[in-house]
Amino acid sequence: MTPTLSAVLVISAALFCIGLLAALSRRHAIFILIGIEMMLAAAALNFVAFWRFSPEPQQPTGVMVAIFAIAIAAAEAAVGLALVIAVYRHYRTTNVDKFDRGEGS
Amino acid sequence: MNPWIVSNLWLIPALPLAASLCILSLGKAQRSPAALLAIFAQVAALVLAIVAFLPTLATPGFRAVHNFTWFTFGENAVRIGFLLDPLTAAMLVMITFVSLCIFVFSTGYMAEDTNFSRFFAYLSFFSAAMLGVVISNSLLLFFVCWELVGLASYLLIGFWIHKPTAAAAAKKAFITTRIGDIGFFLGILWLYGSSGTLLFYDDGRGALEAAALLAIGSSATFIALLIFCGAVGKSGQFPLHVWLPDAMEGPTPVSALIHAATMVAAGVFLVARVFPLFSLGAVDGVTPALTVVVWVGVITAVMAALIAIAQDDIKRILAYSTVSQLGLMMVSLGVGGVAAGIVHLLAHAFFKALLFLGAGSIIHGSHHEQDIRRMGGLRRLMPVTFATYAIGMMSLSGVPLLFSGAWTKEEILHGTAHWHGSPVPHYLLLLGVVLTAFYMTRQMIYVFFAQRRSTDAAHESPRVMTIPLIALAVCSVGLSVILTPAWPWLHEYLLGRSAEFHLGRIIQPMLFISALLVGAGIALGVLLYRSVGTTDPLAQKQPALFGFLANRMWLDELYGNTVLRLSAFVALWSDWMDRHVWDGFVGAAGTFAQLTGIVSSGVDNAAINAGADMGAGGARDTGRLVSTWHSGQVQIYLRAVAVGTLTLLLLYAWLA
Repeated sequence: MTPTLSAVLVISAALFCIGLLAALSRRHAIFILIGIEMMLAAAALNFVAFWRFSPEPQQPTGVMVAIFAIAIAAAEAAVGLALVIAVYRHYRTTNVDKFDRGEGS
Repeated sequence: MNPWIVSNLWLIPALPLAASLCILSLGKAQRSPAALLAIFAQVAALVLAIVAFLPTLATPGFRAVHNFTWFTFGENAVRIGFLLDPLTAAMLVMITFVSLCIFVFSTGYMAEDTNFSRFFAYLSFFSAAMLGVVISNSLLLFFVCWELVGLASYLLIGFWIHKPTAAAAAKKAFITTRIGDIGFFLGILWLYGSSGTLLFYDDGRGALEAAALLAIGSSATFIALLIFCGAVGKSGQFPLHVWLPDAMEGPTPVSALIHAATMVAAGVFLVARVFPLFSLGAVDGVTPALTVVVWVGVITAVMAALIAIAQDDIKRILAYSTVSQLGLMMVSLGVGGVAAGIVHLLAHAFFKALLFLGAGSIIHGSHHEQDIRRMGGLRRLMPVTFATYAIGMMSLSGVPLLFSGAWTKEEILHGTAHWHGSPVPHYLLLLGVVLTAFYMTRQMIYVFFAQRRSTDAAHESPRVMTIPLIALAVCSVGLSVILTPAWPWLHEYLLGRSAEFHLGRIIQPMLFISALLVGAGIALGVLLYRSVGTTDPLAQKQPALFGFLANRMWLDELYGNTVLRLSAFVALWSDWMDRHVWDGFVGAAGTFAQLTGIVSSGVDNAAINAGADMGAGGARDTGRLVSTWHSGQVQIYLRAVAVGTLTLLLLYAWLA
């Protein structure tokens, strides 16, 4: 069974929805970050799928964008984790319901 | 190059003024410092006056001005300045010298007064104001100082404020002169309107110089007459002379100062100063303005001399004689003899100050008795006063040859004789000469001769009072040297010419005429009053005439019944109008404003405020609603983003 474009897109959409659900419903900051990463992965998967089923799959254009997105996502995850640690040090909790104030104290 | 003194002429009035302020700040207790300060300032002013006199002596017709801008409004600069010419210089020396004599005399005369230092402060102020009048080169500055003279006279005439008559006399003097000043001020405005300057001399641009006179043209007559109103008030000319005799309520040195050196001289000086305005467009030396001056002067001279005959108060007689002599000076100015008039003013200042101070000495020596009917026989009791008073009397009467008054009076009579207007003033003035000699003889006999009619012991005054008398007497006689027709130095000096000596000119027909007239007056006086009692011989023979004259021709009563009655009526009417008519208007306007206020406040509360409140409330509620969305919950924001994106996507899908 060869994969088709629509099958890959369904997987990608499912991945996105799972990520969105995680980002919206989890209370733990790290899980929200994981949800966001999943949505990013879904987008990268879309890129690769459209590139693979395009008329010219010889040039590695789509996969290049995906690799870029993954690299940037890694950097972004690092920044995000650092932020979470900073917030934790300040509030002594990682529950996003507890920090509803954008100010220092 | 102007001499140093021209730009520093202001020092001359500034010194007495500063002394006056110092004395006032010293307080009541400092009696001798006050007198010393006043006298010292006057001596300094006299020295400066002599310094100012010297350059005018060196150059005949010397005239120097020092003008500067006082302030600027819009495009008009108000310029004032100082003027030094023979007229100013002669007046300066006269005023400072006579004032000095009066100041020294006052230290004796006022020695027992509680307000001794205040008196000297006022005297200094008076002298300063008059010196300011003399040096000013601008009609504006002139007017300012002129009013200061009026203020000073008010303060001094009413010096004994506890006396109601003195207070009334001060008020009368102030208000009467003010009537003239209204005219004067209108004249100033008119002059400024037509010539654009109030400076007398300004290198060809002054109001008294050819260009401005050309611009003024025919309105000069009216301007001159309006300015003359001021002189009439200040110099006690008919019909505004009534304040001068009442001014006798002040202390005697004040009377001397008012009647000799300051105040009344200001009016004559004013006419002399602006004489070019009076004489503009003269035909044979006659202009309408000058004719008015002549007739006012003649009426004043004769009327005052007549009234003086029937007065019993020693100072009042002298007061009317001053009015009469001022009339004489005005006549002289009116007939064109400016120099003759001023020369008489200067000579008169000396002998009138002498007479008043003599009267002060008599009053002081006979325990504040002023009624000549209760004097008599003072000749032996007060020899120095008698001798000096006699010199003053003969100067005033115009006894020929020795006394200064005779020469100046002769000059004036000479001028009137050749006037082209009318011969009548000349004859009336000759009558005035007889009358003057007559009433002065009457006074002399009453005061110094005959028997003593009072039991009080009179005594000679202290030396501090007799020395000024002697100084003034010496001046009255000594001044003749520069006044005779043989060597009329002062006359020619004022005209800016140099005098030549001609002994032959001393014999003039006028000399014999005036000698005859004076002799007649004195003889008449001696004849009538040789055996004088407590009742006046003239009053016995002509009671109606005497009463008429003794009551000052009923002029005060006439004014009281006409002018004062009218003004009282106008005041009452104004008061009634105020209460019943204007008050109503004002009240109506007030009520209208009140109503408008009520309506306006209602509109404010009901419409404008309510609208604003509603708007503010809406904004507040909206803010509160919107602020609830801003919860700070990250996931709610994310949810909103998700819902928003989904909505947009669905919208896109549906529309595309």
